[in-house]
Amino acid sequence: MAGSMRPAGDFRTTYQADHTIFPTRWSRLFLVFGLILLCVLPLQIGGQNLVASSWLSLIIQIAIYGIGALGLNILVGFTGQISLGHAAFFGFGAFASAYISGKLGVPVAFAIPLAGVATALLGLIVGLPAGRLKGLYLAIATLASQFVLQDFFSRAAWFTGGAAGANAESFNLFGLVLSGDRKYYFVVLFYLVVMYLFAANLMRTRDGRAMVAVRDHYLSAEIMGIGLTYYRILAFVISSFYAGISGALMAHYTGFVSSEAFDLLLSINFLAMIIIGGLGSIMGSLLGTIFIITLPEVMQAGVKFIQGLGIGTSDAFNEGLAYLKEMAIGLAIVLFLVFEPDGLAARWRKIKAYWKLYPFSY
Amino acid sequence: MNTTLLLQLLVNGLIVGALYGVVAMCFVLIYKASQVVNFAQGEFVLIGAWACWWLVTSMKLPFWLAFPVCLVFMAILGILVQVVVLRPLVGKPVISIVMVTIGLSIFFQALLKWMFGVFVQPFPQVFSTKSVEIAGLNVESAYLMSLAISLVIMAGFAYFFKYSRMGLAMRATAFDQQVAQSLGISVKQVFALAWAISSSVSALAGVVVGLVSGVSASVSSVGVKVFPAVIVGGLESIVGAVLGGLIIGLLEGIAQFVDSEYLQFGNLITIAPFYAMLLILLIKPYGLFGTKNIERV
Repeated sequence: MAGSMRPAGDFRTTYQADHTIFPTRWSRLFLVFGLILLCVLPLQIGGQNLVASSWLSLIIQIAIYGIGALGLNILVGFTGQISLGHAAFFGFGAFASAYISGKLGVPVAFAIPLAGVATALLGLIVGLPAGRLKGLYLAIATLASQFVLQDFFSRAAWFTGGAAGANAESFNLFGLVLSGDRKYYFVVLFYLVVMYLFAANLMRTRDGRAMVAVRDHYLSAEIMGIGLTYYRILAFVISSFYAGISGALMAHYTGFVSSEAFDLLLSINFLAMIIIGGLGSIMGSLLGTIFIITLPEVMQAGVKFIQGLGIGTSDAFNEGLAYLKEMAIGLAIVLFLVFEPDGLAARWRKIKAYWKLYPFSY
Repeated sequence: MNTTLLLQLLVNGLIVGALYGVVAMCFVLIYKASQVVNFAQGEFVLIGAWACWWLVTSMKLPFWLAFPVCLVFMAILGILVQVVVLRPLVGKPVISIVMVTIGLSIFFQALLKWMFGVFVQPFPQVFSTKSVEIAGLNVESAYLMSLAISLVIMAGFAYFFKYSRMGLAMRATAFDQQVAQSLGISVKQVFALAWAISSSVSALAGVVVGLVSGVSASVSSVGVKVFPAVIVGGLESIVGAVLGGLIIGLLEGIAQFVDSEYLQFGNLITIAPFYAMLLILLIKPYGLFGTKNIERV
């Protein structure tokens, strides 16, 4: 864990010092500067965009999926419960927010957290039976709930608009409308920061540590007085809440929700994000999301570059590119699991340790 | 009530269910032997179908030669996947093993679409497609052949595990790896053999499906249907897998009947097995024939 990276002799004598999220002054400063940088990104200076629109749209997607991935990491990485149905919860949040804001006339600013709560309730319903299962059986049960919920989305026309899908308004609060990438960005950034801070804090509390205990050795945890079923269900509910918030943000970002988007592949992509980022790592969730979202873009750019060199016919490349992107994600999952099972977060720690100890590697 | 339609659908369900049973058997074989849940089972079915199709149409091999070549190729592929991808993951948590097979399935799925396209490719005529009339029902002879092949495979499995030395070694390994090892069984060999058998028998199922209805990416959907089958039958029982496959096949037939006659949902056939699976998980999570894990502290 990150705590073990302290230099020798730096002992912590209070629980407070041991539990602090930002152990050094530099990590605090890093956060402050990072936030300032993130706030400045979408601004325009003298009519000139600081960041191109395509980049900004990528950043927004990373932030939205990053929230969902963090929710899944709380369930899978911290509590050890496998879910193959995260996309269904993500989708439920999207439909719920579109329904609450569109049909019930609630401002979007309130619809997004309400959608999160609604999804958390759904998570409770699904989690009640799932709390009794673990490991493989849970994976297969959530796989079934993925198909069943997706079927529900395409059928419940009153709620989701059925096959036609549902429209979601842009972000509004009593007349204040934030439409367009450059304004909506701040809404997403707000949720990103709040949700990540919440998760970081959750893991310092009794509940968070109880979840880790359930993952590491459920028998020992139970003997120590931790209610297994309670914490498994709690993790399900929290993870669904995150999925709901992130789905709602996605709905109001794209403005249109269709049941086809929330298939098994998206669930697998969420899992890929946390595996590549690092199971049980909060920062890893974000790193993995960045990896999975930018990988297709990087490949696109790579193919363009190769075409620019005049090697190979462009048709064959363009035809295969969609498949190559899918293959790359599958291959990335396999390679990371075989060669770097602790993900990018562990790699990041190793790099930090390397520089800290340079030039002596011991 | 349309009795002829119901009977027809039930017979179809039985035939499809037998195929599910075969693939589920392969799935259980891998799970029992090496504790790996193979989410890429459907892709093995698909690879087998495409490989045989390619040998027959592009390499112009006669079917009787292409078929065994395809099975050997699949056996080698199975061993390769086991050695290269899954051996490093022995002893890792369930999530890693689940995800690595999911990663493989995404990879193969995309690779095959890239290599062979997304359209259905029919097999050249190998067997006559006359339909046979049995008790007033039309049954295509290709279907009957697939049922016969499924039954032969099942009988082969039963013989292999009951009487052959290697089959007994595999059962011993599935029962307790350490004890098996101390009795001189090479667990590595058993793992590799399990994957080889599983992938080539899956390929056989794929070729049968391909012969009947052409090869396309949708062949791998059998891989998803395997989960309801094995959950109904119990994850650790080969007999359970066969029965589970038959039950799911029949259930699909009934679902199709109810759908077309009464409900008009249009997709009940694809979703009904998953409802059944959730139900079984709720009331009898270890399936009909699975071994119940009793945990004592």
